[in-house]
Amino acid sequence: MREIDAKLITDTVARLCVEANRNLPGDVACALEKAAGEETFAPAKDLLDILIRNKDIAREEQMPICQDTGMAIIFAEIGQEVHILGDFTEAVNKGVSIGYTEGLLRKSVVRDPLRRVNTGDNTPAVIHTTLVPGDKITITVAPKGFGSENMSRLAMLPPAKGIEGVKAFVRETVQLAGANPCPPMVLGVGIGADFEGVAELAKRALMVPLTEQNPDPFYAELEQALLEIANETGVGPQGLGGKTTCLGVHVLAAPTHIASLPVAVNVSCHVTRHQTAVI
Amino acid sequence: MRKLTTPLTEEVVRSLHAGDHVLLSGVVYTARDAAHLRMLECLEKGEPLPMPLEGQVIYYAGPTPTPEGRPVGSIGPTTSTRMDASTPTLLSLGLKGMIGKGMRGKNVMDAMQQYPSVYFAAVGGAAALMAKCVTSLEVVAWDDLGPESVKRLTLEELPLVVAADCYGNDAFELGQRAYLETLE
Repeated sequence: MREIDAKLITDTVARLCVEANRNLPGDVACALEKAAGEETFAPAKDLLDILIRNKDIAREEQMPICQDTGMAIIFAEIGQEVHILGDFTEAVNKGVSIGYTEGLLRKSVVRDPLRRVNTGDNTPAVIHTTLVPGDKITITVAPKGFGSENMSRLAMLPPAKGIEGVKAFVRETVQLAGANPCPPMVLGVGIGADFEGVAELAKRALMVPLTEQNPDPFYAELEQALLEIANETGVGPQGLGGKTTCLGVHVLAAPTHIASLPVAVNVSCHVTRHQTAVI
Repeated sequence: MRKLTTPLTEEVVRSLHAGDHVLLSGVVYTARDAAHLRMLECLEKGEPLPMPLEGQVIYYAGPTPTPEGRPVGSIGPTTSTRMDASTPTLLSLGLKGMIGKGMRGKNVMDAMQQYPSVYFAAVGGAAALMAKCVTSLEVVAWDDLGPESVKRLTLEELPLVVAADCYGNDAFELGQRAYLETLE
């Protein structure tokens, strides 16, 4: 067994919260620059240039890229041979608290969904853990803004709807989202599993670098088709029209029940953030 | 580019058209979901609001904490449609402008014609860049709401698009149509 002090988890999470909010991942930055080069509608091109300048300013001046520094979504892959000295959940939340407080990030979490009192330190995080072979912990911090989260949708389609049903649902989701999620968007699409499983697949799909495509050619083709569908809507940057509605689509699929075709679309924005560290 | 200064007069509002690009300077007030609910509570109880409304502009925004040596943290717009339910009341009391992102509901578009006013879109997510257009920030009410408190900001040439005008026009509809027409 390898022993890992919970404090190391806290320090890592704190650092990742701050880094993720100040430094746009390279794949998203590249996708923005590529989109600006290929945008045919002049007002949209101007807006994309502003978004590029914004992420450059954030990195140079170490400011949050967006004022919605998100709810902290944590994905932790915990090696089976790791023994954590201390309380894992507490360690992660302490890291979020330190990161958001010392890093001057916005505290956007309320304790209760109906009584709505701000917790003051952006805790608790949403934590997803997976047990994996090995003696390491891989932690990803993905601050998620809720302007885009609010536009996300889930449907339990009948299997007969098939791939065309999935395409129609994604198209409808992009159209309904319009300007609200700060397009150009990034779409994480989950297909299969069950009700809560498909939503998690969609969120995990947002962690896949935009430079990659699904290793299964069938789904790689679907990702490309969904990207084209999103960009055919004409929503454009900020919803003010243009070619660039979406920077990338990732699909994660999983086995499901004979009676259902679950599909979830997790909508993200041009500030799709995630930072990963291995302990 | 046309430069505007708050407070806004009806004459200025009537001269603005969906799709116009402007630079806005002067005092504006931040208010988002929770502050709007409290404003409505105040009005119901007949209590005064913490800020003036006549000719004023509300910015739907909650900035990140202010770093030392700077006037403001990162600041950009939040989704406006969440404030749609309370907006017509505020417009009826003299509010002349709003800054946010995304489309407004029909109730707001109608109220903006009834009480001539303008809805500006700021660039959603460009919060580090737009922070450079804010020269001062002061909390004026409801500090307990944290990022949702009402803050008085002084803007200096904040770049905005007229997203909806007082004639019922919508820049999102117009822009998307204009782009799609280029494909025909």
